[in-house]
Amino acid sequence: MRRRLIWLAVALCLCCVAYMTIGVRGPLSFVIPFRGTKLAALILVGVSISTSTVLFQTVSQNRILTPSIMGFDALYVMILTGAVFFLGGMTVALVSAHLAFAVTACAMTLAALLLFSTLLQSVHNNLMRMILTGIVLGALFRALTDFMQRLIDPNEFSVIQGASFARFTQIETDLLLLASVVCGVAVVLAWRMRFALDVLTLGREAAVNLGLDLQRVQMQALILTAVLVAVSTALVGPVAFLGLLVVSLARLATPVERHGVIFISASLISAITLIGGQTVLERVFHLSTPLSVVIDLLGGALFLILLLKGQRR
Amino acid sequence: MIRWYWAGVLALALLSFLSIFVGVIDLSLRGLWRDPEALRLIGISRFPRTIAAVIAGATLAIAGCVMQMLVRNRFVEPMTAGTGQGAALGILIVTIFAPQASIFLKMVLASGTALVASLGFLEIVRRLPPTQPLLVPLVGLVYGGIIGAGVVFVAYQADLLQFISVWLNGEFSGVLRGRYELLWLAAAGAALTYFAADQFAIVGMGRAVTTSLGLNYKQVVLVGLVAISLISSLTVVTVGIIPFVGLVVPNIISRLFGDNLRQTLPLVAMMGAGLTLASDIAGRLIRFPFEVPVGTVLGVVGAVIFLRLLYRTPRYA
Repeated sequence: MRRRLIWLAVALCLCCVAYMTIGVRGPLSFVIPFRGTKLAALILVGVSISTSTVLFQTVSQNRILTPSIMGFDALYVMILTGAVFFLGGMTVALVSAHLAFAVTACAMTLAALLLFSTLLQSVHNNLMRMILTGIVLGALFRALTDFMQRLIDPNEFSVIQGASFARFTQIETDLLLLASVVCGVAVVLAWRMRFALDVLTLGREAAVNLGLDLQRVQMQALILTAVLVAVSTALVGPVAFLGLLVVSLARLATPVERHGVIFISASLISAITLIGGQTVLERVFHLSTPLSVVIDLLGGALFLILLLKGQRR
Repeated sequence: MIRWYWAGVLALALLSFLSIFVGVIDLSLRGLWRDPEALRLIGISRFPRTIAAVIAGATLAIAGCVMQMLVRNRFVEPMTAGTGQGAALGILIVTIFAPQASIFLKMVLASGTALVASLGFLEIVRRLPPTQPLLVPLVGLVYGGIIGAGVVFVAYQADLLQFISVWLNGEFSGVLRGRYELLWLAAAGAALTYFAADQFAIVGMGRAVTTSLGLNYKQVVLVGLVAISLISSLTVVTVGIIPFVGLVVPNIISRLFGDNLRQTLPLVAMMGAGLTLASDIAGRLIRFPFEVPVGTVLGVVGAVIFLRLLYRTPRYA
């Protein structure tokens, strides 16, 4: 396992080097900070998406669920839009981006806890109904967001415009520092939960038998998921299927049930996908299509395959 | 039953009346006699818009009803299960390769791709186990989402993103005289399904029952799919994707009146028309001189109703 992780790390380094060097024009003193911040943001997003997906899959005890399929990032965009809608864009723009992020992230965590902890209870009764509920909830959040955006003054609309579309080329770098601190704390907490999560993988009954405080672990994992989704959505906007794609790949690359391994390999693969994909798409093929569309296409197909395969078994 | 028909007609007439008189330019009944300008406004904009909403709503509800019978699942509808996205793909392909093509050619090709997309969906559904009824709508949503992502991908490459957003989000504000008449074709198609209503109701009972009652199963399914594809592509071409009407309305009607399609199809059509028209009027009123597109209004209303349907306790299980 260790060797595979090292190979992945090497691949990631190669991707980073490629991202930093291919097509460089102009003075290095400009290029290095310019591309460097983007690179840092991409890594940050990759880590937070993969970690949140692993957490969510373990809590829901299901391999095809991800936070964004269940409407987490749509919820975040809705809360942000709601803040502008009810408080006015000027208020939100005047308080610093950091405070706005902190407040919306907290609101997001609360809402996600309320909504999804009740939903997760019903996983065992009817998984299909729960996924369907999540997807429809996501659609509802998006429709509500669109609805509020129509009612908002066009001038105020610019405050939230960035959050509604996934884009990896223009990243809100002023949030980067705060986001990396929040994300770092969340990832460390998730890392410290890894053994409890391993026990949870054995199944609910077994976990309770082994003395795991099920409620608490679930709550903690959900909170961390909500925070991480908020971070990644605030930085680049919603990406529907990235989490599913990279975690499935990670389970193929490192087929062990230990969270200590899965967390690392999923984060590495996620960063490789984002950075490598961005490099290839932008610099090699010169495609105008954003990476998120390609990821949605691939990830959606993978989701369909997993659904159909899971049924046949 | 007859009483319900009358109630539907009455409600629809009332809504149409409202729809004609709600808008940025003030109209009053009394002014109508003296003002030729007002009549012109109604003729060019308000009346076409009302008719378009009525036809689109009614035909989409019927298409949803037929699709639910063909797939034998209560939670599918053409606009989310790939047919609508397939139609958008068709229009996109025509726009890229033959920008000069007539609207008729566009429509034919869009119907073709919509048909292929729905055949693909049916083929997937056939392989799903009957023990998991909620898997079907789930697969449908993802399937539609993938085709939609494909449309966005192609549109990005061809720099047509703004162009397709017109089809992907349903809106009636662009409807004027001379720009919605294709919808009458959809109305004709939906009316034709009424003649096959009994056949669709039987197909809804399954392949074995259908065959033993002496029907050609494949033929009925194909006719149904062609009707659905035609209706969907015409709606997408003229007003864009309108979600949830085809899903919610047949469910409610079937819960109230059962599945005798020959009796219930007119009700389905009227309720679909009423729901769409009411949403359009609401969209015009909520933020008065500006408009909220009907797709957004229905997205909110429809999703809430859908969740309710999903969590209601089944009456017969």
